[in-house]
Amino acid sequence: MYEKDGEKYFVVDGHVHIWDARESNQKNIHGKQFIDCFYDYHKNLSPEEVLWDYDTYTYYGAERFMKDIFQEGHVDHAIFQATLLSEFYKTGFGQTEEAFGLTRQHPDKLTYNHAYDPRNGEAGLDQLRRDAERMNLKGVKLYTAEWHGDSRGYKLDDPWSRRYLEECLALGIKNIHVHKGPTIRPLDRDAFDVADVDKVATDYLDLNFIVEHVGLPRLEDFCWIATQESNVYGGLAVAIPFMHTRPRYFAQIIGELLYWLGEDKILFGSDYALWTPKWLIERFVDFRIPEDMPEYPAITTAQKKKILGLNAAALYDIEVPRELRLPTEAGDTGEEVAAGAVAR
Amino acid sequence: MTTAVSVEAEVFAALATVLDPELDQPVTELGFVRSVAIDDQGVEVHLRLPTSFCAPNFAYLMVSDAHDALSTVPGLGRIRVLLDDHHDSDKINRGIAAGAGYTGTFGVEAEDSLDELRRTFRRKAHLAAVERCCRTVLAGGAWTLEELPLLELFDLPEGSLKSALLRRREAVGLPTGAHARVLVDHDGTAVAKADSALWLRLAAATRVSIEGNAHFCRGLLATRYGDADAAPLITNTRSRP
Repeated sequence: MYEKDGEKYFVVDGHVHIWDARESNQKNIHGKQFIDCFYDYHKNLSPEEVLWDYDTYTYYGAERFMKDIFQEGHVDHAIFQATLLSEFYKTGFGQTEEAFGLTRQHPDKLTYNHAYDPRNGEAGLDQLRRDAERMNLKGVKLYTAEWHGDSRGYKLDDPWSRRYLEECLALGIKNIHVHKGPTIRPLDRDAFDVADVDKVATDYLDLNFIVEHVGLPRLEDFCWIATQESNVYGGLAVAIPFMHTRPRYFAQIIGELLYWLGEDKILFGSDYALWTPKWLIERFVDFRIPEDMPEYPAITTAQKKKILGLNAAALYDIEVPRELRLPTEAGDTGEEVAAGAVAR
Repeated sequence: MTTAVSVEAEVFAALATVLDPELDQPVTELGFVRSVAIDDQGVEVHLRLPTSFCAPNFAYLMVSDAHDALSTVPGLGRIRVLLDDHHDSDKINRGIAAGAGYTGTFGVEAEDSLDELRRTFRRKAHLAAVERCCRTVLAGGAWTLEELPLLELFDLPEGSLKSALLRRREAVGLPTGAHARVLVDHDGTAVAKADSALWLRLAAATRVSIEGNAHFCRGLLATRYGDADAAPLITNTRSRP
C-alpha cells in the first residue's frame, strides 16, 4: 500500500521476474546479448540513484526480490510473468522453481504465471495440464518471438496456439499475457504486429488478453484493436519508466491509452528487475499531464488507483481491503466497446 | 568551373537517403552509421543498431538500402556495408556481400519480399505527417475539425511540416498538387466528415508511437555505445582525389 496526500493506493505489480542471466547459466552468445540488452534498458530509463551494477543485475535472488518489491516497493501483490528463453539459458531465463517456491511461501502476496510454447504440440499440452494443477495457474505469459529450434516465433492464431488457448479455457486459466517481440517468422511481416491478438480475442471472449508493454512499439495498432475488443488489456511495463527520462512522451502514451482503452483496462507493471517498483509508483502518483497538452484531460486519483492495482486485483480475484477500494468497482468493464469507439 | 564535392560528402549524402523504415528518420541522424572508410579499393561502411535484438527484417532493409544508395555514387569502387553487433550480423553481412537478396539471405524464414512491410511503414509515416500538419492548422484557429476534410495542400503554411508531408505523399504515391486534399488515406480515399475526428485520433496515436520509438531507440543506442554524438568516424586514405 502506498499513501500520499491522504490517498491510499492498493498496488498490484502485474509484471515481475526472478531471472538468472549469469555467465554460468548462459547457453550461447544470445544469452549474453539478451541480458546486455536488458541492462541497457535499465541504465537508459532509470534515475541514477536506483541504478544497479551489472553483476547484481544478472542475478539477485529471492531475498533481494522480497525487499525491493514488498519491504521498500509499496507493492501489496505481485505477479510473476515467466520468460523461459530455453534456447538462450541452461535453466531458462526466468527461474521457475525459485519464483514458484516463493509464491508457495507467500500465497497472499504472490501469483505465479507460467509459460507454454504451442510448438511443443501434444507433449506441451500434457505439460500445461500438469503445470496448471501443480501451480494452480490463473494466468500464463506468452512470448511469441521466443526461438525454438529453427523457428523464431509463432502467431497466437496458429492452429496449435488455438488448441492451447482452448486448453486454458478448460483449465480455468483466464488471463493470457502476451509479449510481442522481434524476429517472428516469416520475416516479411511486422513482428510486433498485434493482429493475431485481435483474432484470438474475438474468438475467445472468456479469456482476457493482456498485451504487455502496451503493444510498444506498435502503440497505435494496439490501441485500435483494444478499442474493438472488450477483453483486451494493456500492461504498462517498459512504458511507465519513460516518466523519468521523457515525461512528455509518457504523458502522450498514457493520454492515448486512457482515450482508447479507458481507465479499467490499464495495468501497472514494473518488469522488475528491469526497473524497481518504488520509484515508479511514487512518480506515477505524482504524475500530471503537462498544461500545454490540452488534448489530454488530467489523470484523476481514481484512475491512478485503478491502474496501480484495482484493475489487476479484479482480473486475478485478489482481495482488496475495504478502505482501499473505490466507491464503484474497478475493472468492471460491462460495456461492449471501450473508450475510443464511444467517441465515434 | 565545377565545384568539387568531396567523396566523403558524396558518401554521406547517399547514406542520408537511407531511412529507418520504422522510425521514419535517416540512419545518419539516428547515429546508426558507425564508420565510413574510403580507400583505393572502395568504401566500407559499418552500421550499428540500438540492441542485438532489433528486428532483423528492418536491419536487413537498412543494410540493403545503404548498399543500393552507395551504388549510385560514381567511381566509388568496391562497396561493402556491414552490420555490427547484431544477432543476425553474420547472416545479413554474408547475404548482402553475396548479393543474395532478402530470400537468399534468410532462406526458410523469408516467404515473399519486404515490399509489403515497407509499404506498411510508409503508410504510417504518411498518417503521422498528416496529423502533424492538421494539428498545427487547428491550433491556428482558422480551421475547425469539421472543415478539415476540405483542407488542401495549398492551405498548409510553407515549412518543414508541409515539405515532410509532401515527401511522404510521394513515397506512398499520392499527388502533390496544390489542390490535392490533405485528409486522405494512403490510397487517396478522402476521409468523411463524420469520421475525421476518430481518424485524426488514430493518426495522433501513430505519431506518438513513431516518435516514442525514436526516443527509445536513440536513448538505447547512446547507452549501448556510450556516445551521444551521432557523427560517424569517416576516414579517407585514397591516393587519388
